[in-house]
Amino acid sequence: MQPQPAIDAHLETEAPSAFLSVRDMRVHFPTADGLVKAVDGLSFDLARGQILGIVGESGSGKSVTSQAILGLHKGSSAEVSGEIWLEGRELVRMREGDMRALRGNEMAMIFQDPLSSLHPFYTVGGQIVEAYRQHNKVSKAVARRRAVEMLERVGIPNPDKRFDDYPHEFSGGMRQRAMIAMALVCDPKLLIADEPTTALDVTVQAQILELMKDLQREFNSAIILITHDLGVVAETCETVVVMYGGQCVEQGSVHDIFYNPHMPYTWGLLGSMPRMDRTRLTRLIPIPGTPPSLIQVPRGCVFHPRCRFRDRVAGEACTTVHPELEDIDSTDHRARCHIQKNQRSQIFSNEIAPTL
Amino acid sequence: MSTTARSEAEANGVHPAAALPGALLAVNDLKKHFPIRQGILIQRQIGAVRAVDGVSFSVAPGETLGLVGESGCGKTTTGRVVSKLLEPTAGSIMFEGQDIAGYSRSRMRALRTDIQMIFQDPYSSLNPRHTIGTIVGAPFRIQKAKTENGIKAEVQGLMERVGLNPEHYNRYPHEFSGGQRQRIGIARAIALKPKLIVCDEPVSALDVSVQAQVVNLLEDLQNDYNLTYIFVAHDLSVVRHISDRVAVMYLGKIMELTDRDVLYSTPMHPYTHALMSAVPVPDPE
Repeated sequence: MQPQPAIDAHLETEAPSAFLSVRDMRVHFPTADGLVKAVDGLSFDLARGQILGIVGESGSGKSVTSQAILGLHKGSSAEVSGEIWLEGRELVRMREGDMRALRGNEMAMIFQDPLSSLHPFYTVGGQIVEAYRQHNKVSKAVARRRAVEMLERVGIPNPDKRFDDYPHEFSGGMRQRAMIAMALVCDPKLLIADEPTTALDVTVQAQILELMKDLQREFNSAIILITHDLGVVAETCETVVVMYGGQCVEQGSVHDIFYNPHMPYTWGLLGSMPRMDRTRLTRLIPIPGTPPSLIQVPRGCVFHPRCRFRDRVAGEACTTVHPELEDIDSTDHRARCHIQKNQRSQIFSNEIAPTL
Repeated sequence: MSTTARSEAEANGVHPAAALPGALLAVNDLKKHFPIRQGILIQRQIGAVRAVDGVSFSVAPGETLGLVGESGCGKTTTGRVVSKLLEPTAGSIMFEGQDIAGYSRSRMRALRTDIQMIFQDPYSSLNPRHTIGTIVGAPFRIQKAKTENGIKAEVQGLMERVGLNPEHYNRYPHEFSGGQRQRIGIARAIALKPKLIVCDEPVSALDVSVQAQVVNLLEDLQNDYNLTYIFVAHDLSVVRHISDRVAVMYLGKIMELTDRDVLYSTPMHPYTHALMSAVPVPDPE
């Protein structure tokens, strides 16, 4: 249906040196209404021991990205193209059987809603044991010991007793901890957390984030944290990818994104965020309009229908030419925008930063 | 039953919290206990969930009072009891000098023009089989309110006021996004120019950019119509932005109640302190 990019040419390319490398990934869903381009040309690298934050509004392609990395679209109607390299292995064209050996073992996922991702008919401990025995040839007794150890590690009191409880007997925060225990039981090298704390209270959220940071230090795992909460990003992540309309519109270190952002959408996110640490003198500055339809992605820059700074670009570039992700000051900080680079810095420091 | 409760309350005279001069709403020692029953034929009450357990506060006209706390602290129940969607177990709710705690449903109906509510979930709080015109026009029909140019003109004016296209009068809720649905809920709440609006987590289901649009809309409406808000939310940042005073709730009780700036700069109660230090700050340094 969709012309496939030249896959064979890519096959010859060298495996990248980064631990995880996503190259020009596209995830398209054919539907009755048209082709939904949920992710359209996303690239990023992640080293071991690093925490990467993916931020964006609902429908920006954050969750689809994480599902594609885990190969959860295999066997569905989704069309995944591009390359995903995990330690020298390419995942997009990997067979489902090989994928199963990786999934849960070398890479694992924490889902947003712990109640619907734990099976209500099986005990929490039983589900962790199942995940462990899937990848390790051990007896049930050994696996049970391992599961109890993990439950203790994530801070569940009386893990030996709680092992035999069912998910409904756990509170929301404890279920999320059990999910984390299950995800970490095989010591994965890559952990993807999809909005792990959105449904939780702030006090529990703080504990869970602290726990994830501990585990990252202890096992040197790489973590992808998907969230819409910029506070969570600022406290946990080292690098950030800002997604909009299925594309990366800006990426860089957490410092770049908060203190030297170069994309009007990132400015908009910062401007619409109420502050807990100070009283804002001005009103919030929302981004006008609503996120774009992924079936009819706007021509030119995806963000142009909502951009307040379109008049800073002469001519019709914003509505006709799709801007490239260009380097700002290093190859680590990149943004997609037609406004001149030095003009963007000026706009941010003169017009945006004082209102934050 | 409700009449006796009311006359008792009236007999008690002026309540301490109501003594605050000029308060629009004064709540005194409000309690809401949900009974826990056991038994098959004969149900005995074996205990009670003390969702709200002795809460007192007052709200001045034009003010926004924030109610924050973790899930299960009773903040939503407090909002629902104040707007009389739930019957209080004990305590008084003085609204404009009259104790509405014991009012029956029919007696409350006349007051519904003055007390309105905005709900958390914009998906389940709008009837999917009604058009926007029907939903926003319902308050006029129910209260038999007089309109100058008919209900339709009034509804379209409201839709324009909250930032919706008035031509979408005949559309159904599923055709709108989350932020637009929340605007529909707001249009319904302000239809009869109420004095008090209880907002129960009105922006927590929205994306951050849309959340800012709705927060600004609520502020504009407050200025235009001199509305009083009770703003129930778990997000301390939003509450800091919108409230004049903030009450922190825990286990059905108010732990701390003070001015916004005082609360956030010098929290007195250890629980407030713990709650605030748990919020991630969007500042990497």
